[in-house]
Amino acid sequence: MTEVAETIPDVADDAGNDSFLRDGIRIFCRNRMAMAGLIMVGCLVFVALFVSFISPHDPYRVALNEQFRPPSTTYWLGTDNFGRDLLTRILYGARISLVVGIVPSFISLMIGAVLGVVSGYYGGRVDFIIMRLADMMIAFPSLLLAMVVMYTLGANLFNIFIALSLVGWAGVARVVRAQTLAVKEKEFIEAARANGTKKVAIMVGHIFPNVVPTLIVLFSLSIPDAIMWESSLSFLGVGVQPPEASWGLLVAKGKEYLFSAPLVAIMPGVAILITVLAFNFVGDGLRDALDPYMKD
Amino acid sequence: MTNRDILLSVRNLRTEFKTQNGPVRVVDGVSFDVGRGRIVGLVGESGSGKSITALSLMGLVPSPPGTVSADSIILDGTDLARLNSDEMRRKRGREVSMVFQEPMTSLNPVKTMVQQVGEPLAIHTGLNKRAIREKVLQMFETVGIPEPKARLDVYPHQLSGGLRQRAMIAMGLICEPKLLIADEPTTALDVTTQAQILRLMMALRERAGTAIIMITHDLGIIAEMCDEVNVMYAGQIVEQANVFDLFDRPSHPYTRGLLASIPKATEKRTAERLNSIPGVVPNLAKLPAGCRFHPRCGDAMPICKLKQPELTDLGNGHKARCWLHDKEGAKA
Amino acid sequence: MLTFVIKRIAMSIPVLIGITALLFIMLNVIPGDPIALLMKEHASADVINRVRAQMHLDDPLITRYFRFLFAALQGDLGVSIKLNRDVTTLILNAFPSTLILTICAALVSWVIGIPVGVLSAVRRDSLLDHLFMGFSLLGVSMPIFWSALLMQYVFALKLKWLPVSGFYGYQYVIMPAIVLGWSSAGVIARLTRSSLLEVMRHDYIRTARAKGLRELMVIRRHALKNALIPVVTIMAIQVAGLLSGAVITEAIFGIPGVGRISVSAIQARDMPLLQGSVLFATVLVIFGNLVADILYSVLDPRIRSEMKGGSK
Repeated sequence: MTEVAETIPDVADDAGNDSFLRDGIRIFCRNRMAMAGLIMVGCLVFVALFVSFISPHDPYRVALNEQFRPPSTTYWLGTDNFGRDLLTRILYGARISLVVGIVPSFISLMIGAVLGVVSGYYGGRVDFIIMRLADMMIAFPSLLLAMVVMYTLGANLFNIFIALSLVGWAGVARVVRAQTLAVKEKEFIEAARANGTKKVAIMVGHIFPNVVPTLIVLFSLSIPDAIMWESSLSFLGVGVQPPEASWGLLVAKGKEYLFSAPLVAIMPGVAILITVLAFNFVGDGLRDALDPYMKD
Repeated sequence: MTNRDILLSVRNLRTEFKTQNGPVRVVDGVSFDVGRGRIVGLVGESGSGKSITALSLMGLVPSPPGTVSADSIILDGTDLARLNSDEMRRKRGREVSMVFQEPMTSLNPVKTMVQQVGEPLAIHTGLNKRAIREKVLQMFETVGIPEPKARLDVYPHQLSGGLRQRAMIAMGLICEPKLLIADEPTTALDVTTQAQILRLMMALRERAGTAIIMITHDLGIIAEMCDEVNVMYAGQIVEQANVFDLFDRPSHPYTRGLLASIPKATEKRTAERLNSIPGVVPNLAKLPAGCRFHPRCGDAMPICKLKQPELTDLGNGHKARCWLHDKEGAKA
Repeated sequence: MLTFVIKRIAMSIPVLIGITALLFIMLNVIPGDPIALLMKEHASADVINRVRAQMHLDDPLITRYFRFLFAALQGDLGVSIKLNRDVTTLILNAFPSTLILTICAALVSWVIGIPVGVLSAVRRDSLLDHLFMGFSLLGVSMPIFWSALLMQYVFALKLKWLPVSGFYGYQYVIMPAIVLGWSSAGVIARLTRSSLLEVMRHDYIRTARAKGLRELMVIRRHALKNALIPVVTIMAIQVAGLLSGAVITEAIFGIPGVGRISVSAIQARDMPLLQGSVLFATVLVIFGNLVADILYSVLDPRIRSEMKGGSK
């Protein structure tokens, strides 16, 4: 009997979702900025994966006699205070930024999605508690929260994942909950329930698929935020620690030589800017393509 | 009707929209007259172009992507088609005004009723706030809003649908226009309220002699209210007559189909299904060749697939766009 | 109206308590003996034990939390370990600087953001629109510490128009306020634009035009107020974002505010100071949210009616 029950709403679902996806992809591909962003992200991933092959110099080799060289053919962006090639350092920083952008976003997405769907579907006390928790998280200024977590756990890359996941889940949960509430009212949920489908099955099988487009958009828009936070944390000294070279850390180190060798501080920031822009383009494009309701 | 009695004379109104698939003509050569103090109906299904006709007359069609043109749109001596946007704007709300279908969304939720209903006065006259308030109060009484004083400073969401629509009508009439265009004013209301609003509109016509263009898909409303009727299909007028002629001698197959599809309570219950016109309204971007109605027409002749008929005069102001009535044209 | 305000304040209290609890837990369960960390290696076990007893560090977490809460409600946030001064005093001394910076930055973001958003919406898809939205996106994508350094380099070091850092007069606020307000302005511009475009699609805008209102007045009298409602609520919520940004801005521009105190506290592992300043910042944010809710209800009469419980 359950198969019969589940085909009725699913037929409506699937037919809707298939062309929805195709339309979405088409809209996305027409969006020039989004495509440009996608290409940039692709380059970034490429750099992160193959940096050891493509970087012109060794990022760790210290050469004090080559301090603060201006840009030249050997050192495309010049060198830093230890004589290390700036471009190489920046390229290596891409690895950290990508990882730091993607992993915590994904974790907070998962946590937020589960809590959001549960909160929206069950309502009542569960909803109340989860939403109060989310309110608390959102009330905290994000950077301060992350700083406190790093203080508590110690400053290293892994703890950054924890800190940023903690900062991000509440926003995801709120949006997902709102979507769940909207989907919950639709008739095919009533149909599924009338057929005796278990609550968990409804949440996983019916509500969650409808929330997925929003999740995709949220994910791609969380990544630039995560990258910004990590770079801020590293800049303040409570993020990634040397000798790992996060872009934020590079800017912090370069700050001392701002007047004499401005490139050392400025260029890593440019890298952050380009990366964040790229992900924002992609995220905006995805939002226009997949989720016309999320215009906040 | 003599020329002096004609308030509005529309000749060859055309409205086009630029779409991804090229320009689409939503209103294609519409011509009709509205006599002073007469109620003229514009009836058709959704997609027939009746609402866009109204918006075109008002100059409210958004200009990209829409373009409105006409041979003439003469309102009381002035050709609206030759006016620039500012001149047209000055006529809106004052000489010709419009009442829309959805009173909830057509009213600004953050403004009080007196602010909104009195706004045409604020725009077009020099009255001060107190005078405007007085006039709004009078209009509220005229349109039959109970406890009008208490309803001045409330917000739209605090009123029922019927009251909101009455307020919209008040807003449309407050500058005493010569012509009121009502676009499905009762569709969003329940049946009882519908009847009240219609009675109100007829009473207002009696009182002030305002001419009304009544846009609807409901033939019942047409029968009750209108003096003359224009039936629209796929952007064209397919039949034009006074209301009695239309119901007694419907001449266009589409009109006949519409009348036949009204279920009659007195009919014997032998009918198994509701009568309906077979087929669907054509996509305006992909119109059939020849007569636009021919794919759905039970009386279609070979010529109907080839040439589009013109409006044939059947006498007494009754016109129909059909080869059935234009034997000479069909032979040519 | 008053009942609404009281209700909202009442709802904020559990959130506040929750946050303080969360904060307290995080900062007080650090592995490692805080006293031993603070005191030099040569302190004897005796001294350590005595200090620990004095600071009640052996009591269960709950007791310590309530002791802290109780003291905090009376204005006592403890003593800074490193600076050996009353935390509350330190924070209150630093607060005005942060307040000035935040207010100026907020002003910058509104004064730039809202007109940009409105113009972009009114001239949709024009060159102006694309340019403005491009700048807004740029503003949102630039890390604050980077734009701060850039501005310092250009305007202070190279052009020498403005001072590099410090906080001694009005010209010291200019760069920090612009830097801090810039990204906020981007958010507000984008939101204003989309909100206005959304509002212009509504039927009542068509009604306004049907009355013969000039397009400019249609926007001013009917569209703008409705469009600004979501923007205003965002503005008050932006307090959180501004405070986060203030942390960095104060650090770079040497502004002696609450943000800079937090950073120093972290770097010096001065737990009471960190706790106090973060708590303070959070209270500010909650206050900001409260103001946002009240503003929202003032602007949108539909919400007010809901509160009173029904129409008519």
